[in-house]
Amino acid sequence: MTTSAVHPPEERLEPARPTWPDATGHFGVFGGRFVPEALIAALDELTEAYEAMRVDPAFLAEFAALQRDYTGRPSPVTEVPRFAEHCGGARVLLKREDLNHTGSHKINNVLGQALLTKRIGKQRVIAETGAGQHGVATATAAALMGLSCTVYMGEEDTRRQALNVARMRLLGAEVIPVTTGSRTLKDAINEAFRDWVTNVETTNYVFGTVAGPHPFPAMVRDFQRVIGDEARGQVLEREGRLPDAVLACVGGGSNAIGIFTAFVPDDGVRLVGLEAGGDGVGTGRHAATITGGAPGVLHGARSYLLQDDNGQTIESHSISAGLDYPGVGPEHSYLHDIGRAEYRPVTDAEAMEAFALLCRTEGIIPAIESAHALAGAMRLGQELVAQGDGGRGGEPPLLLVNLSGRGDKDVETASRWFGLGDREHVEPGAGMDTDQQPTDGAVTSGDAVRGQDAGSQA
Amino acid sequence: MSPLAHRIGAARAEGRAALVGYLPVGYPDVNTSIAAMTAMVEGGADVVEIGVPYSDPGMDGPVIQQAVEPAVRAGVGLRDVLRAVEAVAAAGAVPAVMSYWNPIERYGVERFAADLAAAGGAGAITPDLIPDEAGEWLAASEEHGLDRVFLVAPSSTDARLASTTAACRGFVYAASTMGVTGTRATVSDAAERLVVRTRAVAGDLPVCVGLGVSDGDQAAEVAAFADGVIVGTAYVRRMLDGTGADGVRALSEELAAGVRRRAGVPS
Ligand SMILES: Cc1ncc(COP(=O)(O)O)c(C=O)c1O
Repeated sequence: MTTSAVHPPEERLEPARPTWPDATGHFGVFGGRFVPEALIAALDELTEAYEAMRVDPAFLAEFAALQRDYTGRPSPVTEVPRFAEHCGGARVLLKREDLNHTGSHKINNVLGQALLTKRIGKQRVIAETGAGQHGVATATAAALMGLSCTVYMGEEDTRRQALNVARMRLLGAEVIPVTTGSRTLKDAINEAFRDWVTNVETTNYVFGTVAGPHPFPAMVRDFQRVIGDEARGQVLEREGRLPDAVLACVGGGSNAIGIFTAFVPDDGVRLVGLEAGGDGVGTGRHAATITGGAPGVLHGARSYLLQDDNGQTIESHSISAGLDYPGVGPEHSYLHDIGRAEYRPVTDAEAMEAFALLCRTEGIIPAIESAHALAGAMRLGQELVAQGDGGRGGEPPLLLVNLSGRGDKDVETASRWFGLGDREHVEPGAGMDTDQQPTDGAVTSGDAVRGQDAGSQA
Repeated sequence: MSPLAHRIGAARAEGRAALVGYLPVGYPDVNTSIAAMTAMVEGGADVVEIGVPYSDPGMDGPVIQQAVEPAVRAGVGLRDVLRAVEAVAAAGAVPAVMSYWNPIERYGVERFAADLAAAGGAGAITPDLIPDEAGEWLAASEEHGLDRVFLVAPSSTDARLASTTAACRGFVYAASTMGVTGTRATVSDAAERLVVRTRAVAGDLPVCVGLGVSDGDQAAEVAAFADGVIVGTAYVRRMLDGTGADGVRALSEELAAGVRRRAGVPS
């Protein structure tokens, strides 16, 4: 381990808990609680139980044991030099949340909230899910701890993530397809809240990201920050220095907050969130909430959101079900407004190009969500090297990317995008040429073609 | 004095509860919905809750969602709502806007208060805004002399009942059952318990009960212990089943008779 004599105080080993939110859940002007009064008692109960639990040594020991023995933590950090050849010469390290049990970072949060559910004596959990990863993680924790579990999932998402629907059912969860509104994650959250307000006596809502009313944004952050706490130590240990930038995809923002939090006090480390740019922010068909939205109130908190002049939520679009959400967690809005983190859009085509590259260069099939972060690293690496900065003393810039999940669930979507499989022939989409070689730069140079039926998939 | 408290007080002076009816603006279209609100008043509603369509109505059940969705898609907004406010005032009832918070925040809180007051609106009911988050609205409603109605629920602690009623003006909305809007076969006894607990801290502030009332008998039952009976889903159902203004007027007549008799006394 490096010592503080070699590495200045910024590189201390145990980064503190952020001073935000305040006692009522506000990150500056963002966050808070915009919910019916009927839920306030349950939110107060959760807050109180969580505040007691998070400093309770017995809980911390139980949580740590589960993370080690069940999830498989710590997750490794992998350097990906062949992929990094496409990042302008930057070095790229992946934090491997894809190797967690259940295949993504979502399990980190769910184990914490499931323990909390038992602590407050409730027998039933409900959850919303987009890509299905949070639903699978919740169903898993419920099976492990003997809780009954209902998962709300937009009907549109049950189709594009059919594998995860089957997984949840195998694990004993009830999956309810939501047919209201846009039939995606935002509507699944509405239905889950309606269930909660009706059954709050018996039921705990296991929220899947750092959005929603207080205490969810702070609590989910605390459960996810293990990603960055581990990664910071791992990078310091292997490199003797901090990364120049930390990148993560942002749907609601939990994997991003999870890896950012440890680095927030490290002023020299750029924090970059990659939002789903869909067909392009200019087309209006995207899910780039901070890039293309404005502050407002949705799902219980004030934050950036995609909305029209009447304050109606605008439906988002992304090839990635897990990023297809018109809101974002309030802490990201705050980090954006104070200038501590930056948020950039990545289009479907850019993400799929990065997806193919990682598969072919490193033998790792990423979740399409995580592929947005990889695409961000390709671009940022090229920018930093072109500007001749980012690195230290002539070393190449060092990028740490959160690989939030694995791509098993996305095989169908990717096969369609790339024209693979034995279905009728389709033109391959951006990221592969007709010989199925990964292409580099086709998207950024405008040569890429979109997958033929990718639009109807997304 | 508060226009809502004044009207509900007048009903009380007649020995009855007030009838508070809800309809959203814009289903099936703006003009038809406003005509239905006028019919609601003609049938005997004292107060009309004028609903602002919203894309994510987390407190509403399937019936209200079904009516609101097309209005959202048609782009119905606060401008149309203010027209409905004027029409309801002209018909002789007290108009109050019922809105989830984001449409108001997007319009501008101060601008909303000024425009609502100018249109003759009494104030607003805000189902997903708790007083703790309402600083800007408390100030704007004060400045423009508007009523503000917050909700209490069976799960509210005594301390919250006290602080929430203290922030209300006009009346306090007792959301009597835990759950979303929709009609229910029976009035739960949780409603009366909540009203008793709320009255204990509400002083003179009227307590109105909503969530689940659908017919004259249930209205009479609630009228026995509350200052006002709030009916939403049953009205919206008249719009969805196509009986429109006539159906709404007939329902108002039935409910208005209900709030004038006491439970157990046959009509
Ligand atoms: C692998 C993966 N990454 C990222 C996300 C997006 O969520 P968040 O922004 O909360 O990390 C999801 C959501 O389903 C996911 O499954």
